[in-house]
Amino acid sequence: MNYLDFEKPLAEIEGKAEELRALARQNKGMDVEKEAAALDKKAEQLLRDLYKDLTPWRKCQVARHPDRPHCKDYIDALFTEWTPLAGDRNFAEDLAVMGGLARLDDKPVVVIGHEKGHDTKTRIERNFGMARPEGYRKAIRLMDLADRFGLPVVTLIDTPGAYPGKGAEERGQSEAIARSTQTCLRLRVPMVTVVIGEGGSGGAVAFATANRVLMLEHAIYSVISPEGCASILWKDAEKMREAAEALRLTAQDLMKLGVIDAIVPEPVGGAQRDRAATITAVGKAIGKALGELSGKSGDKLVADRRRKFLDMGARGLAA
Amino acid sequence: MNWISNYVRPTINSLFSRRETPENLWTKCPECGTMLFHRELKDNLNVCTSCDHHMPIRPRARFERLFDGGIFTEVPVPAPIPDPLGFRDQKKYPDRMKAAQKATAEKEAMLVAEGEMGRTPIVAAAQDFDFMAGSMGMYVGNAMVAAAERAVQKKRPLIVFTAAGGARMQEGILSLMQMPRTTVAVEMLKEARLPYITVLTHPTTGGVTASYAMLGDVQIAEPQALICFAGPRVIEQTIREKLPEGFQRAEYLLDHGMLDRVTHRKKLREELILITRMLMRATPPVAGDLPAPPPSAAPAAPAAGTAPA
Ligand SMILES: [Zn+2]
Repeated sequence: MNYLDFEKPLAEIEGKAEELRALARQNKGMDVEKEAAALDKKAEQLLRDLYKDLTPWRKCQVARHPDRPHCKDYIDALFTEWTPLAGDRNFAEDLAVMGGLARLDDKPVVVIGHEKGHDTKTRIERNFGMARPEGYRKAIRLMDLADRFGLPVVTLIDTPGAYPGKGAEERGQSEAIARSTQTCLRLRVPMVTVVIGEGGSGGAVAFATANRVLMLEHAIYSVISPEGCASILWKDAEKMREAAEALRLTAQDLMKLGVIDAIVPEPVGGAQRDRAATITAVGKAIGKALGELSGKSGDKLVADRRRKFLDMGARGLAA
Repeated sequence: MNWISNYVRPTINSLFSRRETPENLWTKCPECGTMLFHRELKDNLNVCTSCDHHMPIRPRARFERLFDGGIFTEVPVPAPIPDPLGFRDQKKYPDRMKAAQKATAEKEAMLVAEGEMGRTPIVAAAQDFDFMAGSMGMYVGNAMVAAAERAVQKKRPLIVFTAAGGARMQEGILSLMQMPRTTVAVEMLKEARLPYITVLTHPTTGGVTASYAMLGDVQIAEPQALICFAGPRVIEQTIREKLPEGFQRAEYLLDHGMLDRVTHRKKLREELILITRMLMRATPPVAGDLPAPPPSAAPAAPAAGTAPA
């Protein structure tokens, strides 16, 4: 279990309970269960309190938690017949973006998502979930495929943002992102997006211009990272708490702003505490959203999607 | 349109502008250091007369030289709700807005206009780098949508001059949502089969580049313009190496296939007339299309199609 800085008191209590039980295992006849159970209860209460009202900055920390389920975990658990399709047919395969065919409740769909990796090796392979132009161009290709064969598109968003690299710029990541957003807007099939962790700037929006945009309870979605915003507007990257607050990047604020359509609740203590329950909840939410969209004509799906984005922001936080 | 509206009004306008005495009559070229007299610089479209360095040009000044006789009508842009997030950093967003409005005498960071360019009816939009670095928030999104709607309604091409230092962070996620919103605007034009031409000026960065700037049917940049998604400083910090000379400049992007053309500001109007007329399948532009003004009128703007402007 990886603890976040604000979970330190929790780590102490859970650590103590664990120590007691370890002691009891070594010393037969020693009864610690009552004491340990009391600690468990205390820990549970503390966890509840900590997560009841997370500050925006703490949400950022939770959204980036290394133990949170990632794109690959959702694909493995929710979809059957997962058949990854690779490459942009132009330059490379981008492992920061997973994409392919799969079935959700037996119905074929195209799945696209950012994958951050789970250890040093896979994180480097996946470029920490930061797509290069090839990632967007692969997604464009797969969205076109979905469109031609009438398959709904499901995207899972979890990226710090586009990759600020030399090659990424040389190979036109601006154009790739713009084209990907445009492709989302043209889809004549249902498109559902779930922001499962970090929705970082243009790298996120390129796959998130959907009919339904859902967000996990503690996920974040922002035009810039709080650190980046702090260093520009406060001239001090350490002011990320203030920036996180001001940016309104939580699922709750985005719901008020009308930028997202629904919030998927997380288990107490965040998705990392009960990965299976989180994945199941996300699966149900995707199924529900796709159900609502099924039967709509291509024209209607395109028109609704455009209207949705054109109307966005008209009423501010009162939406 | 007769010569009175074409020539007299701009002359009057220029008389008025002549009356203002700017505090600073001289501008130093940031590239070559030459001191340039303000009128000379203005007549040269803010391009250094000594080294051709393109300095920023405000939307109104650009439109005065883009549209025939300097005549254009502003297309109204619906005002978004102010300060949608109640944003406050070291300053309150409404205070930053007020300061920007006072400093620029403009409402916001984009101006939309319609009129004729070489007798070709067009709609044009230009981003104002002087207004909070041309940053894209709800207003710029609304301006792009208004421009596209007007172009579609009147079956005219849309020409957009981009310039942006980045997102309007004070509008948070709503500034990010302008990427899809402005893309919807572009889609309106594509669907109506109307030319959508982008002119990328220095600097065009961030979400603007990664949305409407890079979706043009034809994409032209001004010389030496910085055009990127992530800025050079961010990249250098990430890869920890120095970037090559000219990286992310217009000429570099042209070499890498990201642009159709790099065009000197003084040649731009002429080129835009040729391109829009061909795409609209209109007749070739006729030089001297307009009746010559009487010598006494002393036109401030050159006749359409006869002089590069
Ligand atoms: Zn110069």
